[in-house]
Amino acid sequence: MTKPLMFADVLTADLERRADAIIARYPQKRSAILPLFHLVQNACNYIPEDGMRFIAKKLGLNMNDVYETLTFYSMLFTEPIGTYHIQLCRTISCYLCGTSQLREHLEKRLGIKPGQKTPDGRFRLTEVECIGACAGAPAMQINFDFYEHLTPDKVDAILDTLP
Amino acid sequence: MQTKLLTKRFDTPDSQSIRSYLADGGYAGLKKALTTMQPAEVIEEVKKSALRGRGGAGFPTGMKWGFVPVNSPKPKYVVCNADESEPGTCKDRELMQKDPHQLIEGLLIAAYALLSRQVFIYIRGEYWYLIDILERAIAEAREHGFVGERICGTDFTCEIVVHPGAGAYICGEETALLNSLEGYRGHPRIKPPFPAVAGLYGCPTVVNNVETFCAVPHIIVNGGDWYRALGTEKSGGTKIFSVSGHVNRPGNYEVRLGYPLKQLIEEEAGGVRGGRKLKAVIPGGSSVPIMTAEEVEQATLDYEGMMKAGSMLGSGGVIVMDDTTDIFMTTYNLIHFYNHESCGWCTPCREGTDWLLKLFKKIAHGDGTTADLETIKRLCPNIEGRSHCPLGDAAVWPITSAMKKFPEDFLKHVKPVAAPVAA
Ligand SMILES: Cc1cc2nc3c(=O)[nH]c(=O)nc-3n(C[C@H](O)[C@H](O)[C@H](O)COP(=O)(O)O)c2cc1C
Ligand code: SF4
Ligand code: FES
Repeated sequence: MTKPLMFADVLTADLERRADAIIARYPQKRSAILPLFHLVQNACNYIPEDGMRFIAKKLGLNMNDVYETLTFYSMLFTEPIGTYHIQLCRTISCYLCGTSQLREHLEKRLGIKPGQKTPDGRFRLTEVECIGACAGAPAMQINFDFYEHLTPDKVDAILDTLP
Repeated sequence: MQTKLLTKRFDTPDSQSIRSYLADGGYAGLKKALTTMQPAEVIEEVKKSALRGRGGAGFPTGMKWGFVPVNSPKPKYVVCNADESEPGTCKDRELMQKDPHQLIEGLLIAAYALLSRQVFIYIRGEYWYLIDILERAIAEAREHGFVGERICGTDFTCEIVVHPGAGAYICGEETALLNSLEGYRGHPRIKPPFPAVAGLYGCPTVVNNVETFCAVPHIIVNGGDWYRALGTEKSGGTKIFSVSGHVNRPGNYEVRLGYPLKQLIEEEAGGVRGGRKLKAVIPGGSSVPIMTAEEVEQATLDYEGMMKAGSMLGSGGVIVMDDTTDIFMTTYNLIHFYNHESCGWCTPCREGTDWLLKLFKKIAHGDGTTADLETIKRLCPNIEGRSHCPLGDAAVWPITSAMKKFPEDFLKHVKPVAAPVAA
């Protein structure tokens, strides 16, 4: 398993510039907190404590404010997510179209349950609520990509082609 | 038959680009508003159109815009609700993906009408790829002089910022959205004050759904009366319905308001899958009461028609279930959703959805009794109408309606036991 990135590894002049550009869009700095969480998470694969400290400093907040806000949102992680985050929709339209079968298939193939990560850190499986792909049910996202009208065979084909 | 207005460019090649949008007459509404209409006239036209909010509540859009105190010295904000997370609803995603300039034009016209210089698009974080599409479209619009300073050579100036959420259904509720946009946890606020008076940073703010804004350019170009005539007297225009579940052709379909629900399912969506019989429909996103096949027969897709048919139009997410569906299990699926998405602020919803989920789980495992069904029935009215925001009601309606309309699906999961004597 590759070592998780440290915030120091990704803190470049470019990242800092991007953070400043995001903050400048808002009438009040604190509004930039969610976009900054995404900026750090997309760079590090999670939001390490150093990253939170960076955000706190940029926005003039204390760590409590930052942590309090972060923990409300289900897409934000304080531990490495994994290379591929499989987010399988479990909600009604997908349920009606066979998401349970897909979950069983993924559990068997990956050897993990929803909420877990493979030991090599390559896959994390999460059961998520409606992802806005209901007309393409059953659906999932891998990281930010959508996959729709899934069957176990299609899921296999998708996972097989991941680099 | 569909009546394509907002969706009419979906199949146009390169529909996302400003070149294609301009070639189809795009931004004519903005130019018309800026050069020939006063802001108050724009609001009048929207009032005339009988456009109602497409995010779920169906509030008259023009009336909402009219609540903004124009003389307030505070800055005014326009916020686009692109959080789309009502189960069964997937229309805003397609609108933004296939015709982002239509939305941008609608937002700019709204900003002009409301004397606002700043627009935010709050988009759910899962729609990350759409952020790129929207930002590219905004950059194109800026190059063409539609965004930024002195738009179309007038003294109207306006900026649009795309703001990503980070996973929370409750942030679709407009006041929770505003807290989230201010950088806080997405807990809803008490209303009043309404956002139109005290919204983002305590300033007058109009929050509307993506589809609502997308209708605005068409209203300005063709007139409010024209738009209204597409639908019914009280529900003007067209609406996009996301049809999902057990149908042959799931998808987004745009029809005139007042269109028969049955026809939408049979003709547009190709009927129930595998030629099976229809059992039930949840017609307006998961938060509205479920309908029996019988209720579907006569129902028309307008705000009044759906009330009459025993449900609500909601967000237009039509979830279709065939005769193999176990309504207890689909209701269990939904209570899991609401429990997961309860923001935890108020006790009736936080604890109530927890108890409901526990009871459904117990019954699903085969350990339930009729007494548990009675407990569920008793719990529901202790949440409905007693919670801090409408999510509490939304969690209860699918349950109470399902238990009333499909009692046999619940009874078959439980053993009969006399209810315990209430203490
Ligand atoms: C729990 C809850 C979730 C909501 N989710 C959404 C949503 O995802 N998208 C949306 O446009 N409106 C949503 N709404 C409705 C908004 O609060 C608000 O009424 C709407 O954005 C107003 O815009 P409209 O009048 O154009 O519909 C939600 C409401 C509640 C109570
Ligand atoms: S009803 Fe539920 S979602 Fe709304 S404030 Fe209360 S706990 Fe939060
Ligand atoms: S229910 Fe699965 S994407 Fe909406």
